Amino acid sequence: MAAVASSVSEINQATEPLKIRVDRKIFPPVGARDEQLVLSNVAFDVAPRTFLVLTGPSGCGKSTLLNIIAGLDTSFEGSIDLGGGQHRMTYIFQSPRLLPWRTVYENIALALPEGDPRLANIPAMLERVGLTQAASAYPERLSLGMQRRAALARGFILEPEILLMDEPFVSLDDPTAQSLRQLLIELWTSHPTTVIFVTHDRAEAVQLGTRILRLSPGRASVVQDVSVKLTPAQRLDRAVVLAEQTRIFATP
Amino acid sequence: MAPVSTPISSTRKRVSVRASWIAGLERLGWVVASLLAFVALWQVIAVLANDVRRFPSPAAVFGTVAQLASTGALFSNIATTLWRVALAFSSAMIIGSIIGIFLGKFPRVDRFFDPWLILFLNLPAIVTITLCFIWGGMSETAAVLAVALNKIPSAAVTLREGTRALSRDLDEMALIYKFGSWRTLRHVIIPQLAPYFASAARTGLALIWKIVLVVEAFGGRGKGVGYQIYIAFGEFDVATILAYTLAFILIVQLIEFLVLQPLLERVNKWRR
Repeated sequence: MAAVASSVSEINQATEPLKIRVDRKIFPPVGARDEQLVLSNVAFDVAPRTFLVLTGPSGCGKSTLLNIIAGLDTSFEGSIDLGGGQHRMTYIFQSPRLLPWRTVYENIALALPEGDPRLANIPAMLERVGLTQAASAYPERLSLGMQRRAALARGFILEPEILLMDEPFVSLDDPTAQSLRQLLIELWTSHPTTVIFVTHDRAEAVQLGTRILRLSPGRASVVQDVSVKLTPAQRLDRAVVLAEQTRIFATP
Repeated sequence: MAPVSTPISSTRKRVSVRASWIAGLERLGWVVASLLAFVALWQVIAVLANDVRRFPSPAAVFGTVAQLASTGALFSNIATTLWRVALAFSSAMIIGSIIGIFLGKFPRVDRFFDPWLILFLNLPAIVTITLCFIWGGMSETAAVLAVALNKIPSAAVTLREGTRALSRDLDEMALIYKFGSWRTLRHVIIPQLAPYFASAARTGLALIWKIVLVVEAFGGRGKGVGYQIYIAFGEFDVATILAYTLAFILIVQLIEFLVLQPLLERVNKWRR
């Protein structure tokens, strides 16, 4: 992966932390349902090249927070400061969101501007995620695991400075999810970017994150902020991950 | 007014047809056998009817086809009609699609104009045609417009459906990956609308083939298959009516198989 690695080193120069402040986010009333307070007083900074995991029970507003950070949801009170200036941001969604009428290769290439030099990195990236054989296949003919890998490749080909991920490995069988997590650890180790990763899976949180933010149920706010100091090798050791998980999530 | 067909199911069926040429040959065999049986039945009825003018035999009709072809009248009239179909079809698809996409995109506008659409959907073809000729004179434009107006509302309804069904997920994806408007249109929006457009085109062509002949009978201005049928009707010339009908059906089917279906298969090749 020399091609990818060399071009990576020159662009990851972000030094400013991300400053996330969401004072209030409500969902407007729909039909008979009253308006709903989804997030209140969620505020945290993210240092560059942190792998931040946002975790909390389902429905606590994690995905909403991620959509706000991504700029897809702009109706909230607060401010999002992504470190100023231009930044490359990638969002890996809960579903792969590939274009079914474009091949795997085309889906990845479309993430890059026309004539971009990084187009040359696509074959190496495909090899890295194990999709070389599937390059010219249409996404709907692939398994969900393969589609997820294609979505990862599309996200990483941009060499993002900020990588947002919303439960990207949910509803996969355990071995597939585990191999994708391993792939993510490898990609992130060779290409450390600022990651904000949403999951409700505690083991996954510990395995991937260098810092974990726990959000409370209901109107989400931060209840716990811990760092995880594991080496990439330790992250692949289930016993170590379990011990760390027990330590971090001891408090309810 | 027939309900708008669901475009995805109807286009999907076409693709699953086996491509192997043996299967194709077998299918062709059935078609030929079926058509021969039809001609045989026709012959039997013609013999029983024993009235050459009112019920000509297949041989008489094919003879008329050959005779009309030899004078060139057959081709020039079919060409005139096809040209009118092409004009009416393309303008109806373009205008109908623009209206449909616009209404699908703006629900408020849609709420206001929906009753208008229902009104036009239920307007009988004969009313549109007579009014077009009364208001527009017996001109070529009025004829083409009369045909197109019959198709625009249903094209609009189909494309409105497609626009409403556009995926927000893919829209967000295009936003995050900075596709820009041209790439979003080409790679995200158009492929999603394509099956709806294809469905509108298909039903549209089927409708326009039939309407155009009626319009030509009213105001064909001396040319076109519909006008020839109208003249033949005045002369009680059933053989000419059937000769034009046969030739016209043949051309329509050729266009369906050689143009429309390959196009549909291309558009749908990514489907599972």
